[in-house]
Amino acid sequence: MYQHTRLTNNNFTFFQKFRNFDYILLICILLLGFISLATMYSTDGGKILFHTKSHFIKLMIFTMMMLFISFINIKFWFSIGYLSYLGVVGLLVWTYFFGITSSGSQRWMNLYFINLQPSELMKIFIILCLAKYFHRMKLENVNSVYTILTSLIIILLPMGLVIVQPDLGTSVLIAVSGIAVLWFAGINHKYFIYTMLGFVISLPFVIAFLKPYQKLRVLTFLNPDKDPLGAGYQIIQSKIAVGSGGIFGKGFLKGTQSYLEFLPEKHTDFIFTLFSEEFGFVGSVVLLVIYIIIIYRIIAIGANSRSYFAKLFCYGFGAAIFVFITINMSMVLGLLPIVGSPLPIMSYGGSSMLATMIGFGIVMSARVHSQQLIA
Amino acid sequence: MINSSSDNVKKLNSINRRMFITGSLKFFIMVGIISRLFFLQVKENKKYLTLSDKNRIREWKLAPVRGEFHDYFGNVIAGNFEAYQLHVIPEQVENFKYVIYRLKDLLELSDTEFKKVLKKKKEIKPWETLIVSNNLSWDKFSKINNHLYDLNGVKPVISISRNYPFNENFTHIIGYVSQANEQDIENTELIKKNFVPGLKVGKIGLEKSFEEKLIGTNDIERYEVNAYGRRISQLEFQKGKKGQTLKLTVDTEIQKLANELLKEKAGSICVMDIFTGEVIAMHSSPSFNPNLFVFGISQDNWQIIRNDPMKPLLNKTLQGRYSPGSTLKPIVALSALENGIINTNFTVRCTGKTELYDQTYHCWKEEGHGYVSLRNAMKMSCDTYFYEIARKLGVDKLSETAKKFGLGKKVFDNLFEIEKDGLIPNTQWKKNALGKGWLLGETIITGIGQGYIQTTPIQLCLMTAQIANGGYKIYPKIIIDDKDKMKPDDYYTPLYKNSRNIRIIQDAMFGSTNEVMGTSYRSRIDNPKYQFAGKTGTAQVKKITERERELDLKTSEIPYEQRDHALYIAYGPYVNPRYALSIVVEHGGNGSTTAAPMAKKLFKLIIDRHQMRQSINEKKYLEI
Repeated sequence: MYQHTRLTNNNFTFFQKFRNFDYILLICILLLGFISLATMYSTDGGKILFHTKSHFIKLMIFTMMMLFISFINIKFWFSIGYLSYLGVVGLLVWTYFFGITSSGSQRWMNLYFINLQPSELMKIFIILCLAKYFHRMKLENVNSVYTILTSLIIILLPMGLVIVQPDLGTSVLIAVSGIAVLWFAGINHKYFIYTMLGFVISLPFVIAFLKPYQKLRVLTFLNPDKDPLGAGYQIIQSKIAVGSGGIFGKGFLKGTQSYLEFLPEKHTDFIFTLFSEEFGFVGSVVLLVIYIIIIYRIIAIGANSRSYFAKLFCYGFGAAIFVFITINMSMVLGLLPIVGSPLPIMSYGGSSMLATMIGFGIVMSARVHSQQLIA
Repeated sequence: MINSSSDNVKKLNSINRRMFITGSLKFFIMVGIISRLFFLQVKENKKYLTLSDKNRIREWKLAPVRGEFHDYFGNVIAGNFEAYQLHVIPEQVENFKYVIYRLKDLLELSDTEFKKVLKKKKEIKPWETLIVSNNLSWDKFSKINNHLYDLNGVKPVISISRNYPFNENFTHIIGYVSQANEQDIENTELIKKNFVPGLKVGKIGLEKSFEEKLIGTNDIERYEVNAYGRRISQLEFQKGKKGQTLKLTVDTEIQKLANELLKEKAGSICVMDIFTGEVIAMHSSPSFNPNLFVFGISQDNWQIIRNDPMKPLLNKTLQGRYSPGSTLKPIVALSALENGIINTNFTVRCTGKTELYDQTYHCWKEEGHGYVSLRNAMKMSCDTYFYEIARKLGVDKLSETAKKFGLGKKVFDNLFEIEKDGLIPNTQWKKNALGKGWLLGETIITGIGQGYIQTTPIQLCLMTAQIANGGYKIYPKIIIDDKDKMKPDDYYTPLYKNSRNIRIIQDAMFGSTNEVMGTSYRSRIDNPKYQFAGKTGTAQVKKITERERELDLKTSEIPYEQRDHALYIAYGPYVNPRYALSIVVEHGGNGSTTAAPMAKKLFKLIIDRHQMRQSINEKKYLEI
């Protein structure tokens, strides 16, 4: 009993908490931040312009915030699991009615100092919510109809709110985040297989219901050379940029494809293309390795956490980050159709970075409070 | 508690198992992405590098500098001049509307020109060059330069363009250039290769025939461009080659005199070296100013040229088909002599008209020439005499000799695509072309160069030259080719059976010009240095009716279109001859009164300039 109290003692001093940090993860995140800053500098044409400045400020603020979150006990994050989820759902509803419309999609809310995209936050808070939901559940109850239905509602509600914006890409990523948690929570693998089969079978019908621009994206993905100056332009130019990079790349600030504006969306979704053009195969692999280390550390932290909630969150978040990265890269390398999905930390965009940093912060908090039990 | 902890263990087992599955999946996906990167960046690198360069590097071709034409003495007769142009790059102009209206005022542009400029502006990208004016006068150009402080983004530019300093003098030889059209681009590979917007190519004449030598090669600029086609930086500049300069055999001074002599008249003058075949002058009148075409001819000017009744667009020297009239007589006489039909003693009595085959054939002299021998018949151009020998000779033998001496066949082969063959008729021809048998009456009129027979002035000149040089074959040329082309095998082979016959004809032509009663006696030059021998000709345009014959109208009393063509062929100096010429004046009336006096003026100048011409030749050999 004594031992138990000692271990559950959550009154660590500040320095103890500091010692518990996962420095490898921290260094990797800072490294990634630095790389993203350099790449952003390159997209601005080798000058410190709007994107670089803005990205730098956001990086500083959100890194600070991540560190701050790390010091907050994991118990706190457990306690606000449902509340934060409902909060973000509320923001999505608010966006639905009062959001800012840009390039045909109403996904932002104006907070005066920043335009927030609640759907990006949902990618993290859905993990938090579901991790809490499954935390105390007995394994035999996990596969009950009631549980499955509840968790499906938790996933489908924000998905629906994001689809109507319309933003198919983000809603899929939200779903992926949620499903990852369901998978780790132990829902019978048969359901996943059935869902997958059902999805494949219904795919043609889904495509029939897609909006014309989405249909075009799918068709373009299947044959980008059909219309090289129109719909296929992005994929073709992106492949040219990556391919022309070669083994060692064209050199920092020397990516002609982006510098001469052949590359679309180079600040956001196609940032990896620019990086890959300038730093080549070697640079791309290095970047991938950094991401892999980050994901590995997240999983390791999960594995070493005593509480099931922390474990579930870390595993879920690790899987989600992995999916975000692979979807983005596959897209720019021409392996998947173009769906709007940013590369975590690298891409320009405050909401995505905010969400990712919150996730990192909670993971770090789980590490700092790895011995914390949650009743 | 126990229950809950055993449940915890189960939950941990489950999550760890699933983590393992996920981990393996992640591994394979990562491998997939890395191999994709490897495929694109290492394996297919070359392909994408090429594509990327194709994206960013663009070539701009500049108009090549066209080769020049020089006359025999090295004077530029078709050169390049610096055209003053006005370019505007719309993007660099702050207030385009203001600037363009200001320019309209300064350049005094008409409304249609102004509209054309605005239309062009709409067609180009804002960073591309808008050519407001492509050939400004110096006055306007300097006026613009004085107002430049007010005209941001306006660029006065000096560009190179074609210029013909002698205006209409050489138009029918060298032709002119104008903007290349689709047909030009399609037909000529080199034009296609060197094409740039605004490229000027030869449309007619030697400018067209020697397009491939003249065109030169483009300057090439390579620029790095961005996705919108804007130039970012210059990567390379590759200087092109100027086109080849072509030297003509023509003497500008004589050409100018020919132009002057035919002023206000329609006709042709050509002068030829009787040994080398070099064309000294070749003019067709009226001519027109080729400079009008360089920047596109205005509709008004085009209508004036097109509708001129004297047909300036027709190259009369090469395209004009005329009945040779009496200028054919030397060939008829020569043919008769060569075929042994007659000898110098053969005599015919001319009474002014003869009745043959129920037709009356008139001599030009109503009262007749009396008894005439060959020499006198040539001298006085007695038609009756030639009716008679033509009848004896037959058209087939006549046509053989005529063809031998260069009639009825293109003189320059394919050098000028407009050149016409003319027509030397014979019995076979009539059967094939008209499907009718040859009539003897037709032979009779062929003997005085009327009827079906048609020759071009250049053919008459060649014929005269080959009589003058003693009856040897020559090949006329107008371009001095440095790499002396292999001369044809039959170059300077004799065209006669007996050289005495040629001398008889030469002597008769001498008499025609230099003896009393000769048809061109009044145009003679007594000084042996300039003395020349010739033969007049008057070609009927229509059959003369009996009524008209009775009226005996003067030339000025007949409507222009019905007047006879005046012809003259000659060579000189008579001793040691060197040059031959042919003159045709359309509807000029009479050969002896209209055409022959021109020859007098021409020979004076031609022979005066002979020494100079020779000295150029000697210099050429010294240089070698």
